[in-house]
Amino acid sequence: MQFTPQLEDKLKKLMRNYPIKRSALIPMLLFAQDEQGFLSQETIAEIAGRLELTVPQVEETISYYSMLRKKPAGKYHLQVCTNISCLLRGGEELFEHARKKLRLAPGETTPDNLFSLEEVECIGACAWAPAIQVNYQFHHELTPERFDQLIRELERSRT
Amino acid sequence: MMGETVKIRVDDRELEVQRGTLLIEACRAAGIEVPSFCYYPGLSLQAACRMCLVEIEKAPKLQTACTVPVTEGMIVRSNTEQVTQARRSMLEFLLGNHPLDCPVCDKGGECELQDMVFRYGASESRYGEAKRHVEEQQWSPVVYFDAPRCILCYRCVRVCDEGMGVGALSVVNRGVHTEIAPNHGDHLECEECGMCIDICPVGALTSGAYRYKARPWEMQYTSTICTHCGDGCKTTLSVRNNKILRGNNRDRSGINGEFLCIKGRYAYDFVEHPSRLRQPLIRRGRELVETTWEEAIGTVAAKWSEILARRNKAANNTLAETSEKRSEGFGVIGSNHTTNEENYLLQKFARTVLQTNHVDHHRTADYAALIHALANESAEQPSQAQRPPLARSKDIVGASAILLVGNNPTEQHPLIAWNIREACRLNGARLYIIHSRRIPLLRQSHRFLPLGLGHEADALRHLCGEPEATQALLGETPSGDNVTADLLNDFRNRLQEEKDVIVVFGDEITGPDVSLLIRMGSRLSGQTRYIALGDYSNSRGASDMGLLPHLLPGYRPVGDAAARAFFEDRWKSPIPATVGLSVDDMVAATLQGGMDALYVVGANPLKGRNPEDFCGKTFLVVQDLFLQETAQAADVVLPAASAYEKSGTVTNTCGELQRLRKAVGVLGTRTDLQIFASLAAAMGATLHPSQPEEALEEIRQMVPEYNIPLANVLAGGAEAVLNPNGFKPLAAPAETSGRVYSAQDTLFTSGTLGRFSNILNLVPERNIRKEPGPA
Repeated sequence: MQFTPQLEDKLKKLMRNYPIKRSALIPMLLFAQDEQGFLSQETIAEIAGRLELTVPQVEETISYYSMLRKKPAGKYHLQVCTNISCLLRGGEELFEHARKKLRLAPGETTPDNLFSLEEVECIGACAWAPAIQVNYQFHHELTPERFDQLIRELERSRT
Repeated sequence: MMGETVKIRVDDRELEVQRGTLLIEACRAAGIEVPSFCYYPGLSLQAACRMCLVEIEKAPKLQTACTVPVTEGMIVRSNTEQVTQARRSMLEFLLGNHPLDCPVCDKGGECELQDMVFRYGASESRYGEAKRHVEEQQWSPVVYFDAPRCILCYRCVRVCDEGMGVGALSVVNRGVHTEIAPNHGDHLECEECGMCIDICPVGALTSGAYRYKARPWEMQYTSTICTHCGDGCKTTLSVRNNKILRGNNRDRSGINGEFLCIKGRYAYDFVEHPSRLRQPLIRRGRELVETTWEEAIGTVAAKWSEILARRNKAANNTLAETSEKRSEGFGVIGSNHTTNEENYLLQKFARTVLQTNHVDHHRTADYAALIHALANESAEQPSQAQRPPLARSKDIVGASAILLVGNNPTEQHPLIAWNIREACRLNGARLYIIHSRRIPLLRQSHRFLPLGLGHEADALRHLCGEPEATQALLGETPSGDNVTADLLNDFRNRLQEEKDVIVVFGDEITGPDVSLLIRMGSRLSGQTRYIALGDYSNSRGASDMGLLPHLLPGYRPVGDAAARAFFEDRWKSPIPATVGLSVDDMVAATLQGGMDALYVVGANPLKGRNPEDFCGKTFLVVQDLFLQETAQAADVVLPAASAYEKSGTVTNTCGELQRLRKAVGVLGTRTDLQIFASLAAAMGATLHPSQPEEALEEIRQMVPEYNIPLANVLAGGAEAVLNPNGFKPLAAPAETSGRVYSAQDTLFTSGTLGRFSNILNLVPERNIRKEPGPA
C-alpha cells in the first residue's frame, strides 16, 4: 500500500533512530494513525512487513495500547482519565457526565463524527486533575460546567 | 565442556554451578524446589507468573529466579516465610478469575495449577467479585480455547513462535481483558501440531480429539514410536479399554523430547477407521468375500507350493522350460512401516522359502548408496573413521553448521526441522541451504543457494571446485533471484570455513550423487556427518534389513558368493545369486503376465492405478490394514496389525533403533510376523524365529551394524546402529536398480495411510496450505 510522501518521510527518519527494526513499531503506528485516523488491516499488514513482524504481533501491540485504534474516531477524541488522582477529584462523575451529555458509550462516536469518547488510564496530568485529553490537547481541572463549555467551543469550531 | 564456575549458597547448601546459569536451573539441578509456570527450558524468558520468587541477600525485594543468572557469592533463600507468602499470594491472584471446574476440566489430575495450589496454595480466596466469563472457542478441529482458565504464562505463544517458527498465537488486550488469540480472528491457520495444547500448564488449550473423554488416571500409557514419517518420534499413547484416546510425550523421553507434529499427536485414529480390514478376504469370481484365516492361509500356501513345485520341475527339465512362457516366479514387495524383525523375516522368507531375489520396497532415500559411499570413504581415509559419519537427530541441535540439500523438512521431517530451528535459535548454528524451492526453513538460513529443479548435483560439483558446474548454476532463478559468481563463491567460501558440518539431504541426491556429496563433505574441515531423509517410520529399517533386490541384510550384495555363504550357512538354505527386480519392474512384469505370484506386505504399489488392470494377471496376495488399490486387485487379502498393535523395533532415518510397544489390539488382525510364520508352516517350510525378540537376536548376529547394546532400547530409549566404518567395507559396489523417490508427503498426508486418518483429513490447512514456490 502507498503512504503519503509526508508520512513516508517521517517513517524514513524514524527507522534511522533504532538499531532494531521492531523498536519503531509504536511511533510508526501513531504516525500512520494520525494521518489516516485509524489503523486499517492494510496499514497493519504494511507496517508488519516493513518491520519484519507478523500481523498478530502488531495486533498484540495495538490491542495493548488504548491510544492505538482500529476504528475511526470522531474529529475530537475525548479521553477521560479515571485513574487515582482524577478519580479522587471527580473523574468518574466527569466521565458519567460526558456520557450523558454526548449520549455516547465508551468507544462510540457521535452520528456527525464530531466526538468520540473513551475512558483512559492515567494521562500524567495528576497535578491538574481531573483532566481530559482531546486529541493531543490537554484540558485541566474540569467540572461538568466547564466540560459543557468545552463542548460548545469545539462544536463552534466545527464551522 | 565446563566453563568457569561460581559458588552460591541456596538455603543452607553450597552449590557450585557454571557462571551464567539461571538461578532457577541451579536450584532445580540441586533438587531445591522453585515452582514456576512461565519459565520453560529452551524458550525465551518471560517472568510473567511470579511463582519463582526467592530472596536474594542484598536485593531489596523478592527476585524472579527464572531471570537471575548466578553470580559469585550469591546467597539465596527459597524457604522463608516471605517466599511462602509470596507463592501463596500469587496463586490466590491466579485463582481470582480461574474457574474451579477441575472436576470436569480435561487437565484435572495432571494440572500444574492444581498441583501448585495443592502444594503451596491458599486454601481460601478473598476474591468476592463476579468472575469474568468468556465462552470457550474452537480454533481448529484440534485446538479449543477456554479463556477463563488461562493463567497467561505465554508458553503457547512462545512455543508456537520460537519452537515451531509459526507464530500463530498472540496475546491481545491488557489487564483483566488479556487473552490469547489465534492468527485469523476466530480461528487458527497453522501446522496444527498441538504443541500449544501440550505445553499449556492448565486446561485453557484443549485437544479436539481428547477433550472431555477421559481422566488421566484411568488410562494406561504405552510409549511407542510414531508410525508416520521417518524421524521416529516417541509418542506416548493414552489407552483406555483398548482404545487410543490421545498421543503426547510429556515426559520428554525419546529423541524428540516433548515435540510431536499433528501425525504423532493425533493421527493414530486410522487404527479404528471403519474401513479397517478385520477379516481375511478371498476372491470368488469377481468378488472379494470374507473368509476365515484357515482358508485364507491354506489357499495361499497351496497355491505358492504348487508354483514352487512347478518351477522346481521346470528348473530340472530345461526342455520343458523352453516350451513354456518365461516367468519370473515370485515377487515380494515389503513395507516402510513394518518392524525390522518383520522386514528381516520377510526377505528371509522370500529368499529361502520362495527362492527369489525379487524383493523390494518403495525406496524413499538412497541409504544403500550412502552406506556404501561412507564405507569406501573410511577405507580410503582411515583417520576419518574415529567419529561416526552418520549424525543422530539430536546431533543437529549441537551442530555449529548445517548444510541442507533438498527436501522440505518443515513438511516432510517435522522433528528434523524442529531440531534445526533449535540449533539456530539456541546455539547460533549457521544453516546453509541448497534448494530449488523457497522452503520455510529459509527464515533460519545463513546462506541460500537457489537453483533450478534437478541442479543439486551441479551445486555439489561447484562446492568441489568444478568450474563447469559453477557455470551451470549462473543466471536468473524462476523467482527472479540473480545467481552470480559472487553468490556462488561466497556460499562455497563460507561453507569451507565451517568445521564439523552436518549434511542433511533428501531424495534429490541419490545414486552416484551420494558419492559426490560425500566427496564434497570430506573436503570440509573436521568431521562431516550425514543424515539421509527417507519418508516413513521404518524406511531405513527396510533398507538395512535387505528388502532390496540387490542387497542382503546389512547391505551385502547378493552377487557376492562369500556374503551369500554367510547367510546360507545360518539360514540352512540356498539363496538365489542373481539380482532381483525392483518394485516398478515387478509391477510392469505383472501387467505383462510375467509374475507367477506377487506378495505385497504393508505397501500399495498400485497407488493411483486401476486395480481392474491387474486382476487375474498373477496370484496376488496382499497383507495390509486397508483395502487400497493393490488389495482391490488381490486374490487373497490378509488383515494385518498396525505398528500401534505390535512389538518390535524400527530404525529412523538417522539410523536410531527404537522399540515399538503394543498399545491396543484390533480384533481379527494378526501381526505380519505371525502371518509369515503361519504361511511358512502351512507350506511345510520352517521360518525361524517366530518371536520379535528372537528375530532381533538373529538380526544382531547377522547384521553387524545392529550388534549394539540393547539396554537403552528396551528401556524405551534410542541407540544408533553402528556406522559402516565399524565393520569391513562392502566387497563389491552396490548396483543401483529401481527408483529412489520421496512421496513428498506434507504435514497432513502420510502415504496411503494418511487417507484413513480422520484428523489429517479434517484440518483445513490440508487444502489451503501452499507449496513452497520455486527458488
